[in-house]
Amino acid sequence: MTGPNQPRVVIVGAGPAGIRAAETLAAAGLQPTVIDEGARAGGQIYRRPPNGFTRPPETLYGSQAAKAVALHAAFDGLAASGRIVHLPRHSVVALAGGVLHAVSDGASRRIAYDRLILATGATDRLAPVPGWQAPGVYSLGAMQIALKAQGVAMGRRIVLAGSGPLLTLLATQLLKAGAEVAAVLDTAGLRGQIAAVPDLAVRPSFALQGVAMRARLGRLYHAGVGLEGIEATDSGVPGGGVTAVRWTDAGGRSRRTACDAAGLGWHLKAETQLADLAGCRFAYDSTWMQWLPSTDRMGRAGEGVYLAGDGLRLLGADGAEVAGRLAAAACLSDLGLPGPDVAVDLKRLARLERFARGIARAFPWPADRVRAIPDDTVLCRCEGITAGSVRGTAAYGGAEANRVKSLGRAGMGRCQGRYCQLAAAELIAASGGLAQAGEVGRLRAQAPVRPVPVRALLEEE
Amino acid sequence: MSGTAGGRLVRLAETGRARVRFLLDGEERMALAGDTVLTAILTNAPALRQAEFGPERRAGFCLMGACQDCWIWQEQGARIRACSTPLAEGMRLLTRTREDWP
Repeated sequence: MTGPNQPRVVIVGAGPAGIRAAETLAAAGLQPTVIDEGARAGGQIYRRPPNGFTRPPETLYGSQAAKAVALHAAFDGLAASGRIVHLPRHSVVALAGGVLHAVSDGASRRIAYDRLILATGATDRLAPVPGWQAPGVYSLGAMQIALKAQGVAMGRRIVLAGSGPLLTLLATQLLKAGAEVAAVLDTAGLRGQIAAVPDLAVRPSFALQGVAMRARLGRLYHAGVGLEGIEATDSGVPGGGVTAVRWTDAGGRSRRTACDAAGLGWHLKAETQLADLAGCRFAYDSTWMQWLPSTDRMGRAGEGVYLAGDGLRLLGADGAEVAGRLAAAACLSDLGLPGPDVAVDLKRLARLERFARGIARAFPWPADRVRAIPDDTVLCRCEGITAGSVRGTAAYGGAEANRVKSLGRAGMGRCQGRYCQLAAAELIAASGGLAQAGEVGRLRAQAPVRPVPVRALLEEE
Repeated sequence: MSGTAGGRLVRLAETGRARVRFLLDGEERMALAGDTVLTAILTNAPALRQAEFGPERRAGFCLMGACQDCWIWQEQGARIRACSTPLAEGMRLLTRTREDWP
């Protein structure tokens, strides 16, 4: 089905969810437009290096290589045959009234749609650690991207800290590639990990892979860790920056591990800014401990908007493929077009969600540790706003996230709160005597959701 | 091939690519075809820029275009996000604004 009467369906994001959504729509005869920030489709987890790199998929993606190859081939085939329109290196920075604003190479363009599928993925979920503004501190995702897409380690001797599946996965990938990993510091205790075993057992092969990776790390891995701080020297000179991570072990003993790079991350935070601008409703999820968009099981968010992948529910790559197919099927059904049978995918979704909730409980966000960080800790990396400043603002202005942002700027910097808002919410909640961070409200997204050069707004295509 | 003396990053693989010349704060440096601007700078230098709101320098953080920590300058004035901009032959990159800029 082509021509002027074909419904204009736009997909934002070309990771596993966006690719499967595009494939499902194309199979039904539609020609969706896929807008993606990456130069090549694959998303972050199946990110491809630039042309000219030679490591085989088995090296880049390990046990998931077959899935990565299948996704890349499916997308490249659709794009090459003209069954989809691919806009790589395009950032969607705003949307309103059925029109997206995308920026690419310093110019902007408007893209109208009848139906919108948002598959925007996730970023690392970060918790502030004293000293984390020093050069040489990266998110765990950053370190994995650097290894996959550039073949580099972010330092000569690396400490990885935080919690979640990526912590152990990245450690084993770095070791395999020849990097030096000095310690792997998991803030999750072993007791919580064991309590989650019944949920994790619904995907036995994945659970066993995790156990095997843990075994390979041996004495590098420590559970139940408290992160005390990151030491750094004058960063203006060669060799400057991170010099060590100070931590306490599960027995409460003080430890210090020398390093020149530190990776931090606590699982994922859904990338929901565009869903917010599209008018989606949100609910605080007490398992994932963040605000997530509300949809039906298919990903329908209402008003012709559909969500899929980690930007909706943090199920990981396999869950994203399922969710992408479901969102596209819902879109087709709402258009009155025949789509695929979804019964099997709905069953898969339920199993993957049980597993993911088990992971979230086994490797939790360290809310109590965040609430206890010292006043002089930088909370907002963008503008150097400290924990003490946020506490003071909340005490003065009230325990509401958007008020604290307006009065004290936490969440107003260039990243727009992506890396500080969850920690800020904990501090604000503590200030107001509230048990759950969700009680301080949700930081509203503001367009543009990425910084845009003024030139791009002046030069519209 | 590992990082050069002043660099933060270590090359672990894919080192057979063609070499690319660029200027960093006016000095000629080398990187490899397919490097991002961030990789090119940080295999030669310990940081990308000075923080505006603190005493420390910055060297990027998320590498996926979300944190906005890695914006640097080109000599012509345009700012670029180092993690998501491919290096091009002859790029003239600055880790600080020029003193003659308003």
